[in-house]
Amino acid sequence: MDIFLQQLANGLTIGSMFALVALGYTMVYGVMKLINFAHGDMVAASAFVGLTIYTQVMGQATSLLAVIVIFLLTALTMACVGVILERLAYRPLRNAPRLSAVVSALGASLVIQNGIMLVWGPRMRIFPELVPQVYWDFNGVVISMIQVIILVLSLVLMLALYLFVEKTRVGAAVRAASIDQDAARLMGINVNSIIALIFIIGSSLGAVGGLFIGLYYRGITFNMGWQYGLYAFIAAILGGIGNIPGAMIGGMLLGLFNAFIAGYVSSTWADAFTFILLILILIVRPTGILGERVAEKV
Amino acid sequence: MSNDVLFEIKDLEVSYGSIAAIKGISLEVRKGEIVTILGANGAGKTTTMRTISQLLKAKNGSIKFKGIELTHLPAHKIVKLGISHSPEGRRVFSILTVEENLMLGAFTRSKVNKETLNWVYELFPRLQERRKQLAGTLSGGEQQMLAIGRSLMSDPEMLLLDEPSLGIAPILVKAIFEQIKAIAGKGVTVLLVEQNAKAALKLADRGYVLDVGKIALEGTSAELLASEKVQEAYLGKKH
Repeated sequence: MDIFLQQLANGLTIGSMFALVALGYTMVYGVMKLINFAHGDMVAASAFVGLTIYTQVMGQATSLLAVIVIFLLTALTMACVGVILERLAYRPLRNAPRLSAVVSALGASLVIQNGIMLVWGPRMRIFPELVPQVYWDFNGVVISMIQVIILVLSLVLMLALYLFVEKTRVGAAVRAASIDQDAARLMGINVNSIIALIFIIGSSLGAVGGLFIGLYYRGITFNMGWQYGLYAFIAAILGGIGNIPGAMIGGMLLGLFNAFIAGYVSSTWADAFTFILLILILIVRPTGILGERVAEKV
Repeated sequence: MSNDVLFEIKDLEVSYGSIAAIKGISLEVRKGEIVTILGANGAGKTTTMRTISQLLKAKNGSIKFKGIELTHLPAHKIVKLGISHSPEGRRVFSILTVEENLMLGAFTRSKVNKETLNWVYELFPRLQERRKQLAGTLSGGEQQMLAIGRSLMSDPEMLLLDEPSLGIAPILVKAIFEQIKAIAGKGVTVLLVEQNAKAALKLADRGYVLDVGKIALEGTSAELLASEKVQEAYLGKKH
């Protein structure tokens, strides 16, 4: 039972990080039908940007206010990078064949990954201890303050995103643009602005995810975007790619799955089982858990 | 009916790559009129409508609405000027509710006009009954009502209706055409594209017949109904 509860806590923590990152994949896919392969590397870059803001801008301050400012500045920086990425790598290919955009996404991924290496070096860097190392022991189940912060903040952000998309006028425009771009234009929706908005939201959430990865795992490397990006991508597929609540649920489930495999089987096998899970989803239910809510009537 | 020209197309040419779809057409619509564009499949009717809404870009020629040139504008700016387009194939947002679809129709307005919403529900009571239902679960005819209702939500001066009868049960076609008449009765100018020439000409004041990208005939509805060419080609009568 201890292992179960411990892995439940761990699974929810990594699941919320997967979910935050998965939202970036799924929102871009929803509107542009494009897998933004550079998203994982953007997440990796966020951890390094956060590190630099901590050392260069904030003078290594770790007060609550300083940490909030680090999060906000990192999210803002990455939102700008996201908008620039879309302008340079994707917008010129909007009407090009699908494959061209995919190749461009892979290219952007390599550019960002190598960019991180050039700026911050190829060796592992240690992310600062922004949150005090406080642990609570509940009869052998250990939960850290970092875990609680990651879980709570992720849930708050996801709830905010959900309410924005489901309950506001602009949120409805985002959904409309992801169903039918031309019809959305006929409603007076500026689809280019919606796409920019999606990159802003996706990149900011990814930035928070990247900072969480730094806080939780401590060691950050220039090429870690592939690993976390892939996990988040699988989470997005698990939930139904293009579906926003799907990415949240998919991320959480994948985190739990991963933690339980690590707890009951072996952590060395967690990756292998995750990919087996991906293959099974693609065979049994390619649209994911929440994919394709309605069969379209013609 | 006044003689004010509300909308005017001059020498419009549109191509898909190297294939010319519209080869220099001119037409005008006066305020308060119902004007129909008839023609066979592939004549260029939908291409014309999509070019008016700037979903397609003209190769040459001009499209003016109240004296404003549209061809340089992006598509999302058109509806704000007062032109609303109910597209071919309805294109309702299938996984949004009927109500959400209608709200999106009013996207350019700072607030939804309650009067307009009530009017749309009055025109198509079925939409009010099903307002919480996903648009994709409606029948074809109901989706068409939703597409027209949605395009009314911006309080347009001119309505572009592209094939409202396409793939719809005959009994609903009649109902929809009656509502188009009611819409025009409220002072909305209508440009109607139809394959169902008889129904369209019964409703319209004037019409243009499009044939492989060119205007083959134009005139009042009575003239077109009487024309041998129209009767032969579109009304299935042999002389």
